[in-house]
Amino acid sequence: MADKPVPIAQRRLMDVKLGELPNWAATRDFTPNGILSAVRRGHDRFYNKYINVKRGGIGGVAMLLTGYVVLSYIWEYDHIKHDRWRKYH
Amino acid sequence: MILSFFDQFMSPTHLGIPLIALALSLPWVLIPTPTNRWLNNRLLTLQGWFINRFTQQLMLPINLGGHKWAVLLTALMLLLITLNLLGLLPYTFTPTTQLSLNMGFAVPLWLATVIIGMRNQPTAALGHLLPEGTPVPLIPVLIVIETISLFIRPLALGVRLTANLTAGHLLIQLIATAAFVLLPMMPTVAILTSTVLFLLTLLEVAVAMIQAYVFVLLLSLYLQENV
Repeated sequence: MADKPVPIAQRRLMDVKLGELPNWAATRDFTPNGILSAVRRGHDRFYNKYINVKRGGIGGVAMLLTGYVVLSYIWEYDHIKHDRWRKYH
Repeated sequence: MILSFFDQFMSPTHLGIPLIALALSLPWVLIPTPTNRWLNNRLLTLQGWFINRFTQQLMLPINLGGHKWAVLLTALMLLLITLNLLGLLPYTFTPTTQLSLNMGFAVPLWLATVIIGMRNQPTAALGHLLPEGTPVPLIPVLIVIETISLFIRPLALGVRLTANLTAGHLLIQLIATAAFVLLPMMPTVAILTSTVLFLLTLLEVAVAMIQAYVFVLLLSLYLQENV
């Protein structure tokens, strides 16, 4: 017995098929408030899973710092590319 | 051929967002807000212990009127120490190497201490311009000198932080470049240089913490004179 078709805006991200991804992205809220609330939700999920636990270790903060280093690398990639090509520093 | 060693102090922009925005928002993520639970997570407990000890130490020499500044000074200390230490990670950007940011911290806070002193106890605040026991003929010269030293304080506060951090980062980059270039040619010298680099990195960690502390301490000193 098939389930009733659920509208794409109300499905969880894992249940959205790959071909429907642009449609799903169109239903998302891209206003500043929407982006802020998305960031807040993401932060709460991470915080409550890895840091706000009874015996949290160094892993939670280490993951944050590693993510920060990776993001900084992405921001600086253009400059690093030129540094690699440059003959004299 | 443009020398590229100073490029680490320019914040690159990607997708319209400068890296300094990311660097400035990270302390918000790393320093969680305490909840009203009795027992929090380990990060919050550590943070709470540090804040309590630091505020207690900082407010020791200041009389009651200055205790209003406790939150501001402790928050400033937390921000500076986080920004400085995060800047030591690879590829990151240190906002406190920008003179504009440091002057933005130093000038308003210093000016606030001066204005508070002038409003609440103008005689005592002006009396600080003349140390006790000066010989009478020296008084005019000394007043000029003390006024100049008073006005140089915000400049010194800002430039001290900027210069220390900038110099440290530059040194790390220079010595790292030297070690990297020497490795294929003279491995022994490269290993010696790497040792120097390691020691320098330890020093930079210390400097990062000390400079933040000195900034806040001097501010509390200026407050203590004036409140």
